[in-house]
Amino acid sequence: MTETPIRDIVIVGSGPAGYTAAVYAARAGLAPLVIAGSVTAGGALMNTTEVENFPGFPTGIMGPELMEAMQAQAEKFGAEVVWDDATEVQLDGPVKTVTTAGGEVVQARAVILATGSAYRQLGLDDETRLSGRGVSWCATCDGFFFRDQDILVIGGGDSAVEEATFLTRFGKSVTIVHRRDELRASKIMADRAKNDPKISFAWNSEVAAIHGEDKVSSVTLRDTVTGAEREVGATGVFVAIGHVPRTELLHGQVDLDENGYILVEGRSTRTNLPGVFACGDAVDHTYRQAITAAGSGCSAALDAQHYLAALADADPASPDQIPAAVDDLGDVTGRDAERAEVAGAVAEG
Amino acid sequence: MTLPAVSESTFDQEVLGSELPVAVDFGADWCAPCRAVRPVLAELATRYEGRLRIVAVDTEAEPELVRRYGIVSIPTLYVFHSGELLRTIPGARTKLEYVDEFDAALVEAATL
Repeated sequence: MTETPIRDIVIVGSGPAGYTAAVYAARAGLAPLVIAGSVTAGGALMNTTEVENFPGFPTGIMGPELMEAMQAQAEKFGAEVVWDDATEVQLDGPVKTVTTAGGEVVQARAVILATGSAYRQLGLDDETRLSGRGVSWCATCDGFFFRDQDILVIGGGDSAVEEATFLTRFGKSVTIVHRRDELRASKIMADRAKNDPKISFAWNSEVAAIHGEDKVSSVTLRDTVTGAEREVGATGVFVAIGHVPRTELLHGQVDLDENGYILVEGRSTRTNLPGVFACGDAVDHTYRQAITAAGSGCSAALDAQHYLAALADADPASPDQIPAAVDDLGDVTGRDAERAEVAGAVAEG
Repeated sequence: MTLPAVSESTFDQEVLGSELPVAVDFGADWCAPCRAVRPVLAELATRYEGRLRIVAVDTEAEPELVRRYGIVSIPTLYVFHSGELLRTIPGARTKLEYVDEFDAALVEAATL
């Protein structure tokens, strides 16, 4: 294993959160290293087509293009990107280490965790068995193979509706299977789906079983209200029921909530470990948008910058000691007094 | 760095007739995870030179191969040796996962 000199900051993850953190950290002169992943680089947007709701793009932008632009922006300011996976982290103490699959051990005083999320699975054995044989999580990858077939899309949010709309290009029919009686998706997406002649809906329905020997042949749906079951012919099942945080690497390292999301202090990006910050979908189970991830990436870089400055101030001779007062990062934006005043006025009113 | 491409007309000779085991990467340009694994596989092709060949099939251009092997999801790798299918590796995997799969396939190939 090769060891490298101690860096100021390493960022694990390369979605909007990771790259925005990289832009800000690079512009702060911190020469960040981004461990981008080998196959997962670019994050969730790599698997989408048009992104219509990221601000600044009135005519939309393709997901991969947006990520390429973010990468270029980070590199322009001096971020270094490594296309490898982090396989191990050690986050305690003044010097953290991140080990890559290629055997490199990166040492840094601060770490930003931006590992994002992975597709949530239904949790059925059938789903695992038939994964890649009719069960898919990537409409843009696999839609092509379901031309003129009956397709089910499981889910009720924007992702499910987006996938269903995309799949109408190929499928004979597309049925959105949702366990409630109305979509969670944004109104504009829901209306689009409802007006699409190829899209129909199976409301109050969940997948009980997926049938087929070596390919999906049909699906048993269960009514979430009555419990009644019915079999539906379909040869494609696209699962779009949300995401789970990608934090397996962090168990036993930073505090996670009961669902595996990284815990941060209040509205900051500070984890329970000094010098370790978290942002993006690995933290957020409420909003989970590219723009909120990007915003939190910026916050993480600012929090990290403040932490590193406090380290240097505390003991310029040995910045690798964590001073006792570093947990109080102080007034990062210079507006704490103003906020306290407003909070006081609201409480009184 | 790109993987050598095989087509319907060259498949039997290049893959089924190969002395070395061959991993066939079924993918397409419009599939993001397919694009993501290609450089990883290209690098592994160099690492496994002389032991395992890695080639690519464009699923959009080769509907007959897609039909023959029942491909419904990409990326997916099919590993062949002596004309037999050794194992399938569906989905985009990390480099280490491909290494584990290839090493296991090589052990299987040696025992055939």
